[in-house]
Amino acid sequence: MVPVPYYIILSAILFTLGAVGFLVRRNAILIFMSVELMLNAANLAFIAFARYFNRLEGQVLVFFVLTVAAAEVAIGLALIVVIFRTKHSIDVDQVSTLSG
Amino acid sequence: MDLPTVLFFLHALIAVGSAVAMLTSRNAVHAALWLVVNFVTIALFFLTLAAPFIAMVQITVYAGAIMVLFLFVIMLLGAERLGGEERFAFQRPLALLLAGALLVEIVYLLLSPSARALAAMPALTQEGTPQAVGQLLFSRYLFPFELTSVLLLVAMIGVLVLTKD
Repeated sequence: MVPVPYYIILSAILFTLGAVGFLVRRNAILIFMSVELMLNAANLAFIAFARYFNRLEGQVLVFFVLTVAAAEVAIGLALIVVIFRTKHSIDVDQVSTLSG
Repeated sequence: MDLPTVLFFLHALIAVGSAVAMLTSRNAVHAALWLVVNFVTIALFFLTLAAPFIAMVQITVYAGAIMVLFLFVIMLLGAERLGGEERFAFQRPLALLLAGALLVEIVYLLLSPSARALAAMPALTQEGTPQAVGQLLFSRYLFPFELTSVLLLVAMIGVLVLTKD
């Protein structure tokens, strides 16, 4: 069997890549995708530890993370649509004023 | 190296490669499709970690529903082309530096003496079948499970309110 630290290091690498994308990209949709990448990396760590400790609680927690991610994406994409309507751009640097 | 380890490194290569391709692609649709590849490889990792139910949910919810929503919004806005202009020149190197520091921190924590005991994987006693996960969800985690339905309802109403003209 593949040892747990391999999975955790892979999860750390994916999380770091998501953090880089979040900091570097200026497109709101790409930033959202980076957040999804980070959530997935955390899920991978949860599942790896659930397998290691032979507990299903980690898998239940991943289920809840999936639900939160679905709600977050729905709200976030609705916000992006509204921002695009007022600014005609989804570049986050353009969103620098409080009232449209 | 035995076969599971070889497969692990192959999958890990695909997962990291697709994540890097997503971050560097100039087209939002391509980025979304690379993210789908990443989600499917992570679902395969879930399968190898005795979580078949979560793996299938990962594919249907993430690679299915969420990414379709992403693609739908990208095409609705016509925002496939990603502008590349930089506002702050120092931002990219600083982000890479901080991310590198984060990675070093996590790996250092993993190689600390308390984590080194994790090396050998114990024998599997509890597999995450739909039945097992469902029993746990509807007994000990019933209240959080009901709360997620409220959360989804709130998200649905929020989306309707936000996008209403």
